[in-house]
Amino acid sequence: MSRRHATALGGVGTGGGSDALDADVLVLGGGPAGTWAALAAATTGARVVLADKGFVGTSGAAAAGGNNLWYVPDEGDRRERAVRAREERGAHLTDRTWLRRLVAETWDRVGDLEAWGYPYPTDAAGRLRRSSLQGPEYMRLMRRQVLRAGVTVLDQSPAQRLVQDADGVVVGATGVHRQRGNAPWTVRAGAVVLATGGCAFLSGALGCNPDTGDGHLMAAELGAELSGMEFSSVYGMAPAFGAQTKGRMYQFATYYDGDRNPVDAAGFSGREVVARTLAAGSPVYARLDLAPPALREALRWSQPNFFLPYDKAGIDVFTDLFEVRLVLEGTVRGTGGLAVVGDGCETTVPGLYAAGDVASRELVTGAVSGGGSHNGAWAISSGTWAGTAAASFARRRGPAPRATTVPDEGRAGTGGSSSGRGTTVPREVIRDVQAEVIPLERNLFRTEHGLRGSLARLDVLWADAVPDLDASAEPVKAREAAAMVAHARWMYRAALARPESRVIHRRDDHPDLDERLTHRIRVGGLDEVWTRPEVPVREEERAS
Amino acid sequence: MIELVSPSRCIDCNKCVEVCPTNVFDEVPGGHPVIARQQDCQTCFMCEAHCPVDALFVAPLAEPAPEGSAYRDEDALAAAGRLGEYREWIGWGKGRRPGSLRDRNGELTELASAHLTQRFQ
Repeated sequence: MSRRHATALGGVGTGGGSDALDADVLVLGGGPAGTWAALAAATTGARVVLADKGFVGTSGAAAAGGNNLWYVPDEGDRRERAVRAREERGAHLTDRTWLRRLVAETWDRVGDLEAWGYPYPTDAAGRLRRSSLQGPEYMRLMRRQVLRAGVTVLDQSPAQRLVQDADGVVVGATGVHRQRGNAPWTVRAGAVVLATGGCAFLSGALGCNPDTGDGHLMAAELGAELSGMEFSSVYGMAPAFGAQTKGRMYQFATYYDGDRNPVDAAGFSGREVVARTLAAGSPVYARLDLAPPALREALRWSQPNFFLPYDKAGIDVFTDLFEVRLVLEGTVRGTGGLAVVGDGCETTVPGLYAAGDVASRELVTGAVSGGGSHNGAWAISSGTWAGTAAASFARRRGPAPRATTVPDEGRAGTGGSSSGRGTTVPREVIRDVQAEVIPLERNLFRTEHGLRGSLARLDVLWADAVPDLDASAEPVKAREAAAMVAHARWMYRAALARPESRVIHRRDDHPDLDERLTHRIRVGGLDEVWTRPEVPVREEERAS
Repeated sequence: MIELVSPSRCIDCNKCVEVCPTNVFDEVPGGHPVIARQQDCQTCFMCEAHCPVDALFVAPLAEPAPEGSAYRDEDALAAAGRLGEYREWIGWGKGRRPGSLRDRNGELTELASAHLTQRFQ
């Protein structure tokens, strides 16, 4: 065993490797939500294992991108006004109780970050400014805290399947160590928190490629329900040569057409015009000429990762024109995910909890993107709630029984046979899914005709290609391919079930919002995908 | 995408292998780590941030740089100050202060909206 595995395994006896571990709480995914969940569970005294596909500290969208947080002090009616504003922006699919607890919990947890030594800036009056977290610093700190809390960390160890007991309760997971020849691991646990992120379909959006919807697939294999999957058509602005999808700086952008004439699309509101122009196949150029010169140095220090690729390419974004494109961010910056049905972020499967972007964020963002700030706050708070609740569940239930079953061996990405030696190459399936979800004219500007066409092809992929995936060479890629096919099918079924346009979900054949559809939509199923309306959002919230 | 592991700078600590969120590098016994799966690189620059000796260069491109590109020329990159650039901004490395101490994201929304309001009035 190499030095780094020994480090990450911390206090565990490493002589026999990490192939079989016991825990009270198993957390899958080590971005912000997973690390907050692991810390919350460990704080209650639970033994915690945290397994990540990549490396806890760099994995996930936040490490590469950073977060602004929905961060509102408890002063006068400021929080209540922020809640009402969010309800308005989210087109009334939010839940007021969840918004109130989110803003309160996030404030308290950010106080923890200060206590742990996050290097916050100070304002002119010497007060800490705590609403922004730079990614590398934030996630390096979270790794350190998790290790200090005694959590056993399995890096480069993607989970592949959840394990259930005879009562249908989730009691662990299996996965592989992808840097050790895909050697298998098993963790038996009293409860499992999924924090595997959303799905951006390997589009290259900043920090999003580990997020391939693996957790959604594992949960759906046990019958978990999802919600808000139609809100999955978020794209980030990026330079045409790269994929650096950090959006905030584009509030200073003026856009230009192929003849270098300004198009009528300044700032954030210009997105629609830019997207239509790009979808029509015409190039769009940008320049951040609206940035006040006195502010430009501060912008660089605030978001060095935005400027880095341009610096490397020799482009001054304030004075040079550069070509842009839109890169799919899917359900990472969109809102859909596993439905949470209790205050502890319980999923519809007993013993299974969801935190961060793998969970639906509709309760706190509605039909609008969680952007950085709401999703960032949600990761912190939902992670804390899920970790606490999972630890409590595990304690109440006692030791997990020995007899466990792994569902559906031999399908959904392990290949057609038990050996996993199908004939379909995972990377080809991934390309086929991308062809359905990445083009703007399919996913951003949706129509019934387009959605049905994509679904017909995706259904064939699910029925024919996925069971035949060759998992022998790249088992992780095979699961990713299966997960992405499933994800795309939930997205587009849910999009068909919402024949209206509501903030980020646009139907070009139904351009207006339909009041009768002011309710959330559940979706689920693998071989047969179903949708149904959730109980309508509370009347008093709609009236106010 | 990752283009360079500098043989002259690399100290074989394999930190890049360890931290890469998309598992792009492979450890080589007795040698420098190699870029084994460049097509899986997501251009997130996390390896640059964590490399203690500024031996890595991630080009800003979403595709591999063409043959003969300056993005693959270590001497040119070093001369232009491109190696270790990200670490300077985030203030990682000996004797540096965290860049986050100069983070003004919190003010940007207010500053920007005030400025834009002025401009379009």
